[in-house]
Amino acid sequence: MNLDNKQLKKMQIRDGFLAGLPIVIGYIPIAIAYGVLAKQAGLSLVELTGMSLLVYAGAGQFMGAGMIGMGISAMEIIIATFVLNFRHFILSLSLTHQISKFSKRAKLLLTTLLTDETFSVSSIHYEKADKPYSNYFYGTIMITSYLSWVSGSFLGGILGDIIPAGLSQSMGVALYAMFIGLLIPSIKKHKKIIWISLTAMVINFLVEPYIGQGWGIVVGTIIGATVGVFVLEEDKE
Amino acid sequence: MIWIIIIGMALVTFIPRVLPAFIMDSIKFPEWLEKWLKAIPYAALGALIFPGIMNTIPDKPWIGLVAGVIAITLAWLRVHILLVVLSAIGVVYSLQHFF
Repeated sequence: MNLDNKQLKKMQIRDGFLAGLPIVIGYIPIAIAYGVLAKQAGLSLVELTGMSLLVYAGAGQFMGAGMIGMGISAMEIIIATFVLNFRHFILSLSLTHQISKFSKRAKLLLTTLLTDETFSVSSIHYEKADKPYSNYFYGTIMITSYLSWVSGSFLGGILGDIIPAGLSQSMGVALYAMFIGLLIPSIKKHKKIIWISLTAMVINFLVEPYIGQGWGIVVGTIIGATVGVFVLEEDKE
Repeated sequence: MIWIIIIGMALVTFIPRVLPAFIMDSIKFPEWLEKWLKAIPYAALGALIFPGIMNTIPDKPWIGLVAGVIAITLAWLRVHILLVVLSAIGVVYSLQHFF
């Protein structure tokens, strides 16, 4: 490998780290809170960290640990998890399309570590996909986020509430603010995008009370994206 | 038993995540489908932001909304995303403290 390629890879890793930093800031306090809750629900440190390692889905883990604590049956917990996390399928369709030129192995690694947050950051940086070594860029986002989630859960499980309650609750807004910070520049660039996002918000708001959070996001996203078919111009990207 | 639950949860989360990597080939899609796939991030961001942001402080949904409006304003003014995130945390923390 010549020096130029090494340099390019390093830059992609650095860019990926910077792009993933807001996720890390958002994940650590939530992961700690999860660790504390899971411990209270009766999971051991190994079990609660294992859940973060193997499941790696914030809302799903809060729900799962809570349901374990309430003594709900395994089948019910697994079905509820499937419903809540099914939105990842829709997100993964979009990401896989964006990285369609990547190797199968890279696609597998990146989609395995797909969350709402890693997907959002990766897809807002869609222009990277055609650059050399961009698999390192997306890979860094995915891996740093994963590590921060797993280590945060472990810390919460072992140390308990190390962040004062008021601050930890306030930090719950971090990921929402990140989503806003990702969306607004795109809307400024292509004003019509706002119709896609607004539709998804309104639909989610209207249907969620009837079909739950998991399907609400799925239905909102599908209908919002369908609006995109009509409003997006061909030259977008 | 807990491990059976964890492994079950892991499988039903993992399969939908990676399935597209197997079923999506890099064939050329019809234009409407390309647009649909490219619109998904903006739709998902919308659905992820609202109404979830109102649950930041569950008994005071307005606090999340205020933080959201401030985050939108800052992002509109091209403030760096990290600063948008930190400001929103600061806003929620102060509002919670004073109200």
